[in-house]
Amino acid sequence: MRLTGEATAVLVEILFYAFATLLVAGALGVITARNPVYSALFLVFAFINSAGIWLLSEAEFLALVLVLVYVGAVMVLFLFVVMMLDINIAELRRGFTRFAWLGWLTACALVAEIVGVVWTHGLAGVDVSKGFVPEPAGFSNTRALGEVLYTRYVYPFELAAVLLVVAIVAAIALTLRRRPGLKTQDVARQVAVRAEDRVRVVKIAAEKRS
Amino acid sequence: MITLADMLTLSGVLFALAVAGIFLNRKNVILLLMCVELLLLSANFNFIAFSRMLGDLTGQVFVFFVLTVAAAESAIGLAILVVLFRERRNIDVEDLNTLKG
Amino acid sequence: MNPHLLIAIPLAPLVAAVIAGLGGRLVGRTGAHIVTIAGVAASCLLSLHVLEQLYRGGATTFNGPVYTWLVSDGVHIDVGFLVDRLTALMMSVVTFVSLCVHVYTIGYMRDDPGYKRFFSYISLFTFSMLMLVMSNNFMQLFFGWEAVGVVSYLLIGFWYTRPSAVFANFKAFIVNRVGDFGFVIGIAAVFSYTHSLSYEAAFAAAPHIAQQTLPVFGGVNALTLICIALFVGAMGKSAQVPLHVWLPDSMEGPTPISALIHAATMVTAGIFMVARMSPLFEYSDTALSFVLVIGATTAFFMGVLGVVMNDIKRVIAYSTLSQLGYMTAALGVSAYGAGIFHLMTHAFFKALLFLAAGSVIIGMHHEQDMRKMGGLAKYMPITAVTCWIGGLSLVATPFFSGFYSKDAIIEAVGLSHRWGATYAYWCVLLGSFITSLYTFRLLFMTFHGKERFRHVQAGHGEGHDGAHGGDGVHEPRESPLVVTLPLIALAIPSLVIGYLTVGKVLYGDYFGKAIFVLPQHAVLARMAAEYHGPFSLALRGFLGAPFWLALAGFGTAWVFFLKRPQLADAAAQRFGWLHRLLLEKYYFDWFNEHIVAKLARGIGLGLWKGGDQGLIDGVMVNGTANSVGRLGGVVRRVQNGYLYSYAFWMVIGLAALLGWFLVRA
Repeated sequence: MRLTGEATAVLVEILFYAFATLLVAGALGVITARNPVYSALFLVFAFINSAGIWLLSEAEFLALVLVLVYVGAVMVLFLFVVMMLDINIAELRRGFTRFAWLGWLTACALVAEIVGVVWTHGLAGVDVSKGFVPEPAGFSNTRALGEVLYTRYVYPFELAAVLLVVAIVAAIALTLRRRPGLKTQDVARQVAVRAEDRVRVVKIAAEKRS
Repeated sequence: MITLADMLTLSGVLFALAVAGIFLNRKNVILLLMCVELLLLSANFNFIAFSRMLGDLTGQVFVFFVLTVAAAESAIGLAILVVLFRERRNIDVEDLNTLKG
Repeated sequence: MNPHLLIAIPLAPLVAAVIAGLGGRLVGRTGAHIVTIAGVAASCLLSLHVLEQLYRGGATTFNGPVYTWLVSDGVHIDVGFLVDRLTALMMSVVTFVSLCVHVYTIGYMRDDPGYKRFFSYISLFTFSMLMLVMSNNFMQLFFGWEAVGVVSYLLIGFWYTRPSAVFANFKAFIVNRVGDFGFVIGIAAVFSYTHSLSYEAAFAAAPHIAQQTLPVFGGVNALTLICIALFVGAMGKSAQVPLHVWLPDSMEGPTPISALIHAATMVTAGIFMVARMSPLFEYSDTALSFVLVIGATTAFFMGVLGVVMNDIKRVIAYSTLSQLGYMTAALGVSAYGAGIFHLMTHAFFKALLFLAAGSVIIGMHHEQDMRKMGGLAKYMPITAVTCWIGGLSLVATPFFSGFYSKDAIIEAVGLSHRWGATYAYWCVLLGSFITSLYTFRLLFMTFHGKERFRHVQAGHGEGHDGAHGGDGVHEPRESPLVVTLPLIALAIPSLVIGYLTVGKVLYGDYFGKAIFVLPQHAVLARMAAEYHGPFSLALRGFLGAPFWLALAGFGTAWVFFLKRPQLADAAAQRFGWLHRLLLEKYYFDWFNEHIVAKLARGIGLGLWKGGDQGLIDGVMVNGTANSVGRLGGVVRRVQNGYLYSYAFWMVIGLAALLGWFLVRA
């Protein structure tokens, strides 16, 4: 069902602000949570809200990819690592405030600057106050993206695949550990073996049967 | 209606929070990696906003690549983290100063 | 004139010096003196030949380069000769006296271990002095000037194991540096105006320079400054007040050196230089007045010191100072001819006096104190007679050489109207009384009166070189022929050279264009008008004030030092402060040591500690290193090894840059 005109716009705006608020809250949670597990969960939350905003912006494919890949794979990986490592949480939070003021100050300065750029200076002739033009009915974001990706960007796409393979290999190579006492086959040694190493001919004097 | 300004401001706030997170954190490398994810997310917001605003799909293609690279990065980052933890039995940022001349 | 001949003149002694100095055992003692004497004799004969050619043979003045050392920015730095009659006269005097001294040295230095070294040095000196007088440019003049200074330094410190000799040669060297400072400034000033180092250019430009003003000391005439600067150099070399302090101390050197370098030749280099520069000095009355006053002051006040000295060589040394003062005064009244003429006669009779004193010293087994002599005439007749001739010539007895030159100077100063001439006249006039007083005092104390040496035999010769092996003979003996021969050779010109040459050199046109005198300054020309031959001049000398003053000096000396010696002591006690002032040599040494030296040391210390160690080493050299180190100490904290920190700074930089863009946009 498609709402029309004003109503759609207002609904979209309300949803956007809701998602945005939750997103910022999630992000704040990520950086302030005491426990890394909570941080990871806040990050999942932030990603889901982002996906919501992207959906509102009619970038549906990317929104779904974000949820599937990020929330489904990457964040699970994060959680897995956090839980696998035996980290002393009390220890982790010590020394939190030493440079905190500088961090907040920089963050505030950045926000002020970006807001200043966007709201007061404009972006080199781009009108920032305009809303997005809605896509025509029947438009498939996924299809359009696929058409571009498999034609113009086919080589970068292949490269991305290679990059992922490399990442997998690298991750495995880094974490692979050879435990002592593990029973493995050494083909070279098997081939190089000689008879005298294995067989000992023993001569035993015969004994008279009594 | 979502305007470009809304999106850009949101991404700026997100970016600033991520940066602040990097500085607030002194003890945990994992948190740094998470903050990097947030940074990339804020960049993706910009890409999507401009892509939609200008009606050019290239921006979204870029987001796609960014997500790929971010996945690879977090995979390798976590792998390094694991190795680091095995080596030192902690992941305290304060101890990672072997770059010091 | 053949330039090869001229080149041979200075080179012969140089080659001899190198052979004798570096030949070592190959040459040997005899070889050393044969080769050097041959070199100097050749040089002397050639010089006399040149003089003959120039005077009688109608040869013209030679002026030109013989070797171009380097050309820089159009400036030729040459070895060049300017040989005119002035030069030829100097060359002949230098080589002749040098030859006499060479021969004399054979006897005087007979037992000295540094025999070959000594011969090498004096030949080297002859070479340097010839380069100086023959030069036709300032560069070579300066080379010769410094070269004679170096040899003088080496020879004053010849007995380098004696602390006093080492002290004296340092003193001579340092005092001469002060003079040379002025000299170099003078040469530089000449160069800056003419952009050439040759005499010719400087002389040609002299009237032009005289009209320019230099903006130093509130505006000084450029030529006056040049002349005074050059004369400061001459003051150092020719030992004029106040740069005279080194000359008496230079008597630490062997006596032949005192005769050759510190009486006859080197110290007259300043006189020669001023005479050579007469085309410059003539245009600056101020500079000439300065020269005159300095010369007259030296002539009188240094002579007075000779009266109280007891060391025979020091008496003659102060006499030399005084006579140099006379020459300088003559230059100051534009009577350059008289100055050079006196230079020549003085070279003969002063060398004679020194060599005679050396002969006495040999006879006394290296005892130099006149209070331990007396009555030596009986034992050393040749020495005594020749010494008397020298003395009489020195006090300007009519018919002796010294008379013609010295009386001419006194008369010329009297005739001059230059500023300071009246003061100078009284100085040089009374100087003749003083000259006579110390000369006869020396003669009486040494050759006449009681034989005081008999009472003080015990300590003789100690503290001196001791090379002259005391053989236990108590009575002095006449010196060997090699010593007395030069005495005789020098006594003859001391007697007659004045009589023979006064008409031509002094009142004639001998110098021609070699010496330049403006018509309004030509006092000698006015005197020449009343000149009627040397004989009548000498007869007239008997009526002049200088003669009577000299006679008074003779009488005083006779009474005080021969007839009633106790009177001298009484007078010394009566005028204790004066006697003390004279014994302390007007406190020049005290002043130099306590004021000048201290000041210089203070400045040096200040520059060393403050300038060098503090500013250059401390602030600039080490300061740079330290500040870099300190900066590094601060900056290295930035490199703390934390990746997040680097990222942090990157972000801060990014924020700052962004902010800057925002503010600018």
